[in-house]
Amino acid sequence: MSELEHQVPSAFDPFADASADDSGAGAKEYVHVRVQQRNGRKSLTTVQGLKKEYSYNKILKDLKKEFCCNGTVVQDPELGQVIQLQGDQRKNVSTFLVQAGIVKKEHIKLHGF
Amino acid sequence: MGDDHDLKEEGGEIVPFDPSKKKKKKKVVIQDPADDSVEKLAEKTETLSVSEGLESTFSGLKKKKKKPVESSILTDEVGEAGEELEDHIGDDEEGEGIDLHPRYPWEGSDRDYEYEELLGRVFNILRENNPELAGDRRRTVMRPPQVLREGTKKTVFVNFMDLCKTMHRQPDHVMAFLLAELGTSGSLDGQQRLVVKGRFAPKNFEGILRRYVNEYVICIGCKSPDTILSKENRLFFLRCEKCGSGRSVAPIKAGFVARVGRRNAGT
Repeated sequence: MSELEHQVPSAFDPFADASADDSGAGAKEYVHVRVQQRNGRKSLTTVQGLKKEYSYNKILKDLKKEFCCNGTVVQDPELGQVIQLQGDQRKNVSTFLVQAGIVKKEHIKLHGF
Repeated sequence: MGDDHDLKEEGGEIVPFDPSKKKKKKKVVIQDPADDSVEKLAEKTETLSVSEGLESTFSGLKKKKKKPVESSILTDEVGEAGEELEDHIGDDEEGEGIDLHPRYPWEGSDRDYEYEELLGRVFNILRENNPELAGDRRRTVMRPPQVLREGTKKTVFVNFMDLCKTMHRQPDHVMAFLLAELGTSGSLDGQQRLVVKGRFAPKNFEGILRRYVNEYVICIGCKSPDTILSKENRLFFLRCEKCGSGRSVAPIKAGFVARVGRRNAGT
């Protein structure tokens, strides 16, 4: 067991992983869909980790049209671009992304409660 | 326990076709192993989970016997079961009639044993003698989170420490995960309760804790919650105490947190 534990860190460099993660999509390429509470019963949905090749603005436009909500693309210093939508759109976003073929179902991670 | 299972099954049984029709249609086709009701039984037992497999197997068998009984009580081996069932046919409560039934469905007949029945018998014996081997794993019960509202904008998670103890995890780690998932901030107060900013229902916490347990507590190999989380070289490793397997788990990252609330002029 102990030799296995020593082996694991050398097999894959933690620093390489960390630096890859910082550069946006990351090794696993999960798309994180989160929800955040605002005041009252309002909430905010953020979509983080879409592939860089996609035009965020175009996706956003369709999302806005589909769910009838407003939203923006936020430029985050660490995580790159993040789509922000008004309201709790987690389910909607994930089904939309899957149906449009942008992300596979297993690569979407829904966060929040 | 037997009652509601049986009733549930009853519902599933009746839905596809009319019960009155069934009465006439199903003549004395009993005890033939190739009977289609046996197949029905087989798929029924498949859908049932392991823990309740035994009882439902038997009740399912009784159902098979009952069908001919309803039409005619010609056959001798169902005779004794038929009489007591006859009383109950009028009302819907068949659960009590079933309890009086003989222990094994093949008793009194000289037909071949079926696999499902023998499997059920083995599990029955196993469960009686040493229950821990029977395959239904002892579930660690986590108490539901108790949540209070502090004022209107804060939520207090009262039994946070208890739950951390039952999971054998550091409160810090659990707290980090909860706060990252909820997308808010929070802290522990003087009585070791978790105070979270925002309004949350107990159900919310439960969902998140469930995910936490799946990701950071349960061993993938043997599904046992008896694991240890340790940190080595900035990586978290989960080691199972039961089967000795280990895996690495993802570090907790809050990800993008949009700023909500009023932005002041300074920033």
